[in-house]
Amino acid sequence: MSTMDASPETNTGFKRVRITDHIGRMVRRQPLGTGGAIVIILMVFMAVFAEFIAPYDPEANSFEHMLVAPSMEFLLGTDQFGRDLFSRIVYGARTALFVGFACALVGAFGGLILGVASAYFGGWFDLIMQRIIDVFMAFPLIIMALAIVSIFGTGTDKVIIAITIPFVPRCARVVRSSALAIREMPYVDAARSIGYGHMRIIMKHIAPNVLAPFLIMLTAFLGEAILLEASLSYLGMGVQEPTPAWGLMLQGGAEEYAESAPWVPIWPGLAITIAVFGFNLFGDAVRDILDPKLRTRG
Amino acid sequence: MKILWRSAATTALALGVAAIFGPASPATAETPQYGDELRLVVGSKIPSYDAHIESTFGMIHPIRPFYSVLMRVNPDNPSSPTDFVCDVCEGDVPKPTDGGTKYTFKIRKDVKFHDGTPLTAHDVKATFDKIAFPPEGIASNRQAYFKTVESISAPDDYTVVFKLKNPTGTFLPSVAMPYNFLYAKKDLDAHGYTWHQKNINGSGAFRFVEHVPGSHVKGVKYENYHHKGMPYLDGFTAISAPKMSVRLQAIRGGQADIEFRGFPPKARDDLVKALGDSITVQESDWNCVLIVTPNHKVKPMDDVRVRKALSLAIDRKGGSKYLSRIAIVKTVGGVVFPGHPLAATEAELAQLAGYGNDVEANRAEAKRLLKEAGHENLKVTLHNRGVDQPYKVVGTWLIDQWKKIGVKADQWVQPTTPFYATLRKKKDFTISLDFNCQSIVNPIADISKFLPGAGNNYAEFQDEQLLKWYDELLAEGDEGKQREIIRKYEKRVLDELSSQFITLWWYKINPHRSYVKGWKIAPSHYLNQALDNIWIDQAEKKKQLGG
Repeated sequence: MSTMDASPETNTGFKRVRITDHIGRMVRRQPLGTGGAIVIILMVFMAVFAEFIAPYDPEANSFEHMLVAPSMEFLLGTDQFGRDLFSRIVYGARTALFVGFACALVGAFGGLILGVASAYFGGWFDLIMQRIIDVFMAFPLIIMALAIVSIFGTGTDKVIIAITIPFVPRCARVVRSSALAIREMPYVDAARSIGYGHMRIIMKHIAPNVLAPFLIMLTAFLGEAILLEASLSYLGMGVQEPTPAWGLMLQGGAEEYAESAPWVPIWPGLAITIAVFGFNLFGDAVRDILDPKLRTRG
Repeated sequence: MKILWRSAATTALALGVAAIFGPASPATAETPQYGDELRLVVGSKIPSYDAHIESTFGMIHPIRPFYSVLMRVNPDNPSSPTDFVCDVCEGDVPKPTDGGTKYTFKIRKDVKFHDGTPLTAHDVKATFDKIAFPPEGIASNRQAYFKTVESISAPDDYTVVFKLKNPTGTFLPSVAMPYNFLYAKKDLDAHGYTWHQKNINGSGAFRFVEHVPGSHVKGVKYENYHHKGMPYLDGFTAISAPKMSVRLQAIRGGQADIEFRGFPPKARDDLVKALGDSITVQESDWNCVLIVTPNHKVKPMDDVRVRKALSLAIDRKGGSKYLSRIAIVKTVGGVVFPGHPLAATEAELAQLAGYGNDVEANRAEAKRLLKEAGHENLKVTLHNRGVDQPYKVVGTWLIDQWKKIGVKADQWVQPTTPFYATLRKKKDFTISLDFNCQSIVNPIADISKFLPGAGNNYAEFQDEQLLKWYDELLAEGDEGKQREIIRKYEKRVLDELSSQFITLWWYKINPHRSYVKGWKIAPSHYLNQALDNIWIDQAEKKKQLGG
């Protein structure tokens, strides 16, 4: 048992663990995951306080300052429209996190519902559901997202739909495999035998027990969604100008300015790399913590 | 018309400084060499081989060399909007007779199609009949250009007569358009009017060898070409490369020699910086303009005050100065190609909404109009085409310009096919970027783009006054009076109605390997693409590429 009480011990004799102890243990046992968490916290901080951090309007053209190299005035330089790259990177974190969290949360929860339902009800429902999932999973993520965005069109909302749809079956497949094992547990039979309804059994006994794989998928999706959004925007199929978004910044800068103004593509490229790396490290750490086999090893 | 020829003999520091030569290029002073092959890169696909129904450079650049036309812009002076020469016609371009209503073309007797069939007046008549009077169900993209043609006849094997309903200055430029590929009458009779969409039998400087979709089109020299001594090349390969970076690197790496559509300024500067003397740059004003098209049937674009405010917000001169560094746009102009005698002067332009020199005053007036219209906090979505140069660059700039009068805009970008489906069929846009790109500079025909009800006008409005003036213009033979009518027409379109408004005219930049000789830039990427006067300086090529 652990609480966040300030006192180190209680009268029950159990040693109370402070949150700082948790953090300390996390840093010792999962140093890379901690690094990932720091990146995420920084990103969230940038996204939330973008108005206070960014020195300039990220969308305002300033042609007197076109393609200015990094300097004290423009920390990361400016792009071809004279827009401050630092401000666009800061605001870009907001776009990345918004798309990342929206896609990951909706995709993972959608997968959770479908996966648990498919495992619990089984039979024809499960069979049909799994074949549909097979079809979706036959396509690589980016291809599926490109196909969807070509149907729905471009823009932030459409990109969220395009990325979320392929996430759902992936999460559903993982959750289902865990839920299948839970379904056979005696306590689920017991719940059935005393007349609990399907919803109650699912909500009280199955869903809580598949949270570990669900959370692992959720954290993995965050990084993937950011990368996919950047890829779609880079291909011109995602977020559109003048919205600050890292993939879009890369698209505008990589082709024409890689040589003459390398700062234009370098910073957004670096931002994408660090963000995805951070989410992946954090996701790995979450998996290590939640996976019983890995946990006992630690 | 200004043509800049820049040899990159100077250092990269000299970027932006171009040596101005006249229409006579250094190439003409040299003796053309025979042999070798031209490798050109093309950034667009070939929808079909039939130029009568196509409008894209993706077809013109690889396919035009296989065909002849009746007459064309002078390949040695393609920047002139009035210098036409015969291709399969004989001698000089004919003068009109019968009060300007009859043109008689004499056809050369030495022209043969690539299958060996002699080209006669009957082939020319059959071709122009297909273009001007297509049978029902057969498309012809430029039928409207020949509205004044009453009849076409071939009184003998080598004479073609065009009879017009009234005299017009638009006829010869229309005939000289590069889309008017001459087809063999026997092919049209035997195979029908759609056969040329998938088959090629021309009489141009090169014979068709193969087309590998997504890869290349190949042509070899046609030994019986009617312009004796030409072509100089043994053949050409048009390499398909949709991405600009690929086209650029192909020229830089020596896998290609030239790209005819045009690169943005930064790409030019990078190429010059990297290759120095090995690159020649030709630049020219471009007969293409980006237009903002409001949908008059959608609120609030039904209100002229809103449309005018959006035009007033645009600082065109500032845009010209800065956007020309990053995009293929440059020239400030009205509805007529800048520099043409019928185009507005700077003083005339200054009288139009959004062209005045006091940008702040323009924007104050724009804010006042928006307030008066009850749209102080206007939000709009700019519909745009998913092509970087210049559409997305100009779209991003426009959004920033509108922001300065308090209009919040975002961008709805669609790939080309759905973009046009939205403009032409769905019509569910509020305001859109559109373009008017023409081949021959032919102002009277070109400004039909702004006519209400024109097939390529997507603004969804009606105006009897514009239609009346345009009819008067078509019937008017005097250039001075034509100019007067065009000024009224221009004022009505760009100011009184603000039915559509101009952003900036395009600017064409063609950097190519300096061993490519003979080709001269034209004010259109559709013109001067027969490739018959191009030759390769083989010693220079060897020096640059080795081997």
